[in-house]
Amino acid sequence: MNGEKAISKQRKGRQEMDNKRKRLSMQVDLSDFMPAADEEKEYMVRMRPSTTAFKDGVKRLRRNRVAMISFWVIVIITLAAIFVPMFWPYKYEAMLGMVPGKPMDPSFNNLRPFEYARTELNAMENGARVMPHLFGTDANGRDYFIRVIYGTRISLAVGFFASIIVLLIGLVVGSVSGYAGGAVDIVIMRIVDIIYSLPDMLMVILLASVMKVTLSQKLEGTPLAKIGSNIISLFIIFALLYWVSMARLVRGQILSLREQEYVLAAQASGAKGSWVIRRHLIPNCVSVIVISTALQIPSAIFTESYLSFLGLGVNAPMPSLGSLASDALNGLSSYPYRLVIPAIVISLIVLSLNLFGDGLRDAFDPKLNA
Amino acid sequence: MNPKTLKYILKRIVLALFTIWVVITLTFFVMHAVPGGPFVGEKAVSPAVQKAMEAKYGLDKPLGVQYWTYLTDVIQFRFGPSLKQRGRMVIDIIGDGLRTSAKLGVISAGLATLFGVVLGSVAALRRNTVTDRIIMVITTAFVSMPSFIMGSLLLVTFAVKTHIFPANGSTRAGLVLPIVTLMLYPMAYITRLTRSSMLDVLGQDYIRTARAKGVSGMRIIFGHALKNALIPVITYLGPQLAYIVTGSLVVEQIFAVPGLGRSFVNSITNRDYTLIMGTTIVLATLIVVMNLVSDIMYKIVDPRIHLE
Repeated sequence: MNGEKAISKQRKGRQEMDNKRKRLSMQVDLSDFMPAADEEKEYMVRMRPSTTAFKDGVKRLRRNRVAMISFWVIVIITLAAIFVPMFWPYKYEAMLGMVPGKPMDPSFNNLRPFEYARTELNAMENGARVMPHLFGTDANGRDYFIRVIYGTRISLAVGFFASIIVLLIGLVVGSVSGYAGGAVDIVIMRIVDIIYSLPDMLMVILLASVMKVTLSQKLEGTPLAKIGSNIISLFIIFALLYWVSMARLVRGQILSLREQEYVLAAQASGAKGSWVIRRHLIPNCVSVIVISTALQIPSAIFTESYLSFLGLGVNAPMPSLGSLASDALNGLSSYPYRLVIPAIVISLIVLSLNLFGDGLRDAFDPKLNA
Repeated sequence: MNPKTLKYILKRIVLALFTIWVVITLTFFVMHAVPGGPFVGEKAVSPAVQKAMEAKYGLDKPLGVQYWTYLTDVIQFRFGPSLKQRGRMVIDIIGDGLRTSAKLGVISAGLATLFGVVLGSVAALRRNTVTDRIIMVITTAFVSMPSFIMGSLLLVTFAVKTHIFPANGSTRAGLVLPIVTLMLYPMAYITRLTRSSMLDVLGQDYIRTARAKGVSGMRIIFGHALKNALIPVITYLGPQLAYIVTGSLVVEQIFAVPGLGRSFVNSITNRDYTLIMGTTIVLATLIVVMNLVSDIMYKIVDPRIHLE
């Protein structure tokens, strides 16, 4: 600090003298071109590598232990949901007691965890190795572990794609409304207001209960039939109803960011439009949008499991966490773990997604942290 | 009341009426989108009988006329007869169910608000202590648990395994578990809401002034802090009702409570369309009105709040 001050004092003195002596002289002052002194060099040393706003956010996120744990929980669950069905010896829809060409073996039904059916016990006596049923089997003799894994896969996929749909529609409508302004903006925003004040769950149930019938007839024979009419109607419902808060958010962001002083400052110092958009509007907008998309996923999973529980979700025999929980209610007193397992998985997914979303928000958008 | 507030209230009332109209219109067209009309699925009827039934329910008239009769009927709460429960009017079924469900909803909303405010204030006053941490961890867990999961788990623990409470919700003791199930999520939410707004208020200058004047701790909390900290809780009254209504659909199903939620879910499985429409409209109106009331109260209670 002292060296720095001394240098600037020296410079100032020299300049004043120059000004006095040869104010109009074009002669170059050689002292300005002397090699820098060590003290001056020290002042210029970068103490640490410069960071970007993104790197800064990642660093803050990494320091947030809760968010990191949630992140790894999500990663593990997602990887398990994707890869475990590939090598697991049982299929989610296979009723193990029913093998074509052989008599039915009812001892496969309702196995408790790590129990074996008669056929399997016979096979094991002959020296064959049989994969244990980690969570037992259900009333139809289907391996419950793989059903839970598969249900997790369905729930995660529904949550993810529903959020993408919401993001796309909200982004388009919100930015159109924000940019266009005027009458377009007013009309769009009134529509948004009305959809926003509709009781969403009731509308979802109403639409789902009707679309279940309408869609399944239309879909027959098309490749979409495999996904199931209920999942598609779920996506349609999300596309119809849930984009409004995203649209509001995007519009608000665009309106407020356009008026910011730093945008004005950049423009005043000669920045081009593309620079302003790339450097100021997008980075400031993206974090908010990404965060609310991340927080949309658990709410979509919530909705899906709720509808599945009411029997309006995925089509049988495809499992989802909600439908597994709903099916488990029938044998509740004898097999409570069949309810507890999907319940824990749903709660874990929703909890860690929420906590991770909160962490993202804290790390990348400290302004939002209310 | 200043004219700006009045204008805001009027605007909100118009929006609410419009929303209810959209709900009514939506139910009408959604039900018309059902392939084959509402009588599909009944045992096969001859075309003549089908025609007679359509004439009886006015389904042979042009769509515009049908819509108009429907609209005028609905406004007078005439939802017609139930399609599946012979001889019963939809409005009677709704009325019967609503009596039980309203009791359930009001009690759980009241308890949720009471416990939520107390827990939230305690967490804020004991900030960063073990008490605060425990309250926050528990509420975070409750917020992430769907109501049907919560209900089923409570059913397993307290009714199936230990028989502390009956599993059937038609008796008085049987209502305890459904009420607890419905209460936990809003309670957790209100706790978090109260905590953050209480922390905000406690940092305000007027609290410091009150402390400096030597006002006792109790008076600061009840006379100054709590009153202002509760304002955000008012905004949650509307969403809370919406949550309880949708939650009660599954909770009543799980605990076999003879309420509106259960008859709604049954009407979905039976495809009893008039009952679905009627229930949707009644519940939607209830939620919209409650949202309206809580927004207006918010505006009146805190005139500082600027709403466009």
